[in-house]
Amino acid sequence: MAGKVYEFPDDCHYSESDEWVRVDGATARIGITDYAQSELSDIVFVELPEVGTQVEIGDSFGVVESVKAVSDLIAPVPGEVTETNTALEDSPEWLNEEPYGRGWIVAIEIEDLESLDNLMNAEAYQKYVEERSGS
Amino acid sequence: MGEALKQTPLHARHVEASARMVPFAGWDMPVLYGSIVDEHRAVRRSAGLFDVSHMGELRIRGPQAAALAQRLLTNDVVDAPVGRVRYGLLCQEDGGVIDDVTAYRVAEDDVLLCVNASNIAADLEWLRKVQAQSGLDCEVHDESDATALLAIQGPAALEITAGLLEDGGQAPRRWRFREARLAGVPVWLSRTGYTGEDGYEIFVASQQAVALWDALVAAGADRLALAGLGARDTLRSEMAYPLYGHELDLGRNPLEAGLERFVRFGAGFIGETALAALHPGGPAERLVGLLLEGRAVPRPGFAILADRPVGRVTSGTFAPSVERSIAMGYVPADLAEPGTRLAVEIRGRQVPCTVTETPFYNRKS
Repeated sequence: MAGKVYEFPDDCHYSESDEWVRVDGATARIGITDYAQSELSDIVFVELPEVGTQVEIGDSFGVVESVKAVSDLIAPVPGEVTETNTALEDSPEWLNEEPYGRGWIVAIEIEDLESLDNLMNAEAYQKYVEERSGS
Repeated sequence: MGEALKQTPLHARHVEASARMVPFAGWDMPVLYGSIVDEHRAVRRSAGLFDVSHMGELRIRGPQAAALAQRLLTNDVVDAPVGRVRYGLLCQEDGGVIDDVTAYRVAEDDVLLCVNASNIAADLEWLRKVQAQSGLDCEVHDESDATALLAIQGPAALEITAGLLEDGGQAPRRWRFREARLAGVPVWLSRTGYTGEDGYEIFVASQQAVALWDALVAAGADRLALAGLGARDTLRSEMAYPLYGHELDLGRNPLEAGLERFVRFGAGFIGETALAALHPGGPAERLVGLLLEGRAVPRPGFAILADRPVGRVTSGTFAPSVERSIAMGYVPADLAEPGTRLAVEIRGRQVPCTVTETPFYNRKS
């Protein structure tokens, strides 16, 4: 069986719960990875947090639902939600189509930039995915 | 747990096609090849090919085969002419549903029941028990392992199949079947399905299933998508077709499930007396279709609420062709009228919904 080929952009940090984080100054844009969207497939609903919500690392800040399954969105960094991608409410399929682009989910004002050190780089995350998909 | 999953004769084809395989009723089955939604839409717009070889085939043969089938099945079998397919329920004495099946009138002395994979063993035991108790002159055989079942469904399904039909014969009409040869392979071609689209279910000997699959794939080319159990479930959900273990079980009867058109009172089936007496004023609960607001997905087991909890979701999904979230579930009869406003509790939130006419999807719309 040919293993699936996933994208792992170099400019992102990655969490063990399959979120990506792209940092610009103190703002982190967050979404789910190509691997995560592929595992879920057919995403039909995204539950977004309110702007202003405070999150800690490990908090569930939203939900992604596919036809098959429900998956919690887990905060990879601490901070305040400053923006949400409300276009996903009508176009949840963007999460499948462009997980690192217009499928971004929230922006968080990072409270503690050192928290990024706990995340994986692209290479480490790719290894982490390959271990689990076992193909 | 721990027991090896069974594989259909087409297992290698699914793996080659990068299907995602999941356990289903003891079988290792393809849930999707790429996208449930894409496969669903392919079936609605053109055609899809399903491997449903996990389904069971129980054959009743002998001079009183039809009489036994009639004892077992709520729908009419005895008066069904050879070549007819009937949908019906196997009921216990109390009217509870053992399985929902299709009955094929193969010959005067020959009836095939196509049964749910999860129920093969229980059905076989029931058939043999009823046969022994009734003393009817016939034998029950389990042909499940020797038989594969493919379904080609969608508006292009008949045309794709016609190119492989060697005898040039007519397509069977709806709810009819006949013997045929497709690409040299002897089959039973049945004009039935579980998607709401036109098409066939095709019975074939297990050892020839791959040859038939390959011939259909080649003939269908880009008009035919491989479709997994995920799309099969969203398609049947849009049609509000029941699935055993969800809408039907031993604690439910065909009348609450809204299947009275498949119950032939007077036919003499087991459970008939109970069903006739059970609901003098109509069933206390009825199976309804629910159309939800928003796109959150109602999953089986979620609570259905009025001013209080009134039932549970039996099946629910985002419906790709309706483009809404839909559900089925049993509610008190006074809340079963179309237009009734209810809610489904999804992760602690009450999502409003409306009892709606089914099917959810209409082919002409």
